[in-house]
Amino acid sequence: MIKPLLIAALALIAASAHAADTPDSLMARYAAAAGVPAATLSAERGAAFYRSERPGRDGKPASCTGCHTADPKQAGRSRVGKRIEPLAPVANPERFTDAAKVEKWFRRNCMDVLQRECSAQEKGDFVAWLKQIK
Amino acid sequence: MNYLLRGIGVLAATGTAVVLGFSLSAGAAHGDGGENMLPRLSHKAWQQECASCHVAYPPSLLPKASWRRMMSGLDKHFGENASLDPATQADILKFLEANAANSGNKVPRRMAANEAPLRITETRWFVHEHDEVPRATWSRKSVGSAANCAACHRQAEQGNYNEDAIRIPK
Repeated sequence: MIKPLLIAALALIAASAHAADTPDSLMARYAAAAGVPAATLSAERGAAFYRSERPGRDGKPASCTGCHTADPKQAGRSRVGKRIEPLAPVANPERFTDAAKVEKWFRRNCMDVLQRECSAQEKGDFVAWLKQIK
Repeated sequence: MNYLLRGIGVLAATGTAVVLGFSLSAGAAHGDGGENMLPRLSHKAWQQECASCHVAYPPSLLPKASWRRMMSGLDKHFGENASLDPATQADILKFLEANAANSGNKVPRRMAANEAPLRITETRWFVHEHDEVPRATWSRKSVGSAANCAACHRQAEQGNYNEDAIRIPK
């Protein structure tokens, strides 16, 4: 008798699991992976990381701002011209609510801009910076 | 949580996903409002993943072989990393193959049998359809590139590529 209820409860947990993340839970996760206390993640380092220009694959300088603009509260534009919703949670509450999605985009975009994966420290600083933007 | 319960949870979640998958991959036709009205397809992963950066290009505009090439090179997708987890990648490829250009439609009629182009904009069909658009129009800031269908085909997201839904931005 209790089985259907359990199944329903477990299905609910499974369905909501991906949406349970927050900027804070992601920061805790990245800090732990980097082996540092979450309180030491630095918004300043995150901002500098976002703005820094690096040699792109085709010789042209590459930076996060290329698609996301200099202001993370503004919508960006993909290379093809499609709108990218703002990065800052204050302008787009859906940001940093799905760890799998966050990881997917770090993996792709870090490979494009830095030609390597980003470190846990870099990711943690990045989220810490965007989270505190008012 | 013991393993039995965990197993039940996984089964329940998988069941839900399978039911969801079936209802989504069915893809309802949109009626035939003109020759450039493409079937309005729905497939969750295709829309979610492919349409993050660009219009979810209609699968019927490239043959199966093209989609296989495309999906096996996502880490170098026109100069960008668009890699996916293997399960999502396989799921999307299956959908693309099922809805790819087939011998009955006009795109492959203009293509050699062994062609597997990656750019829709380079197919003879596309070039022919757009031959009246001046080069300068493509490079307008409001358009960006020929890959930005929705700049002019305002209802591209709905599969409507009819002439009367075209508005070329300044």
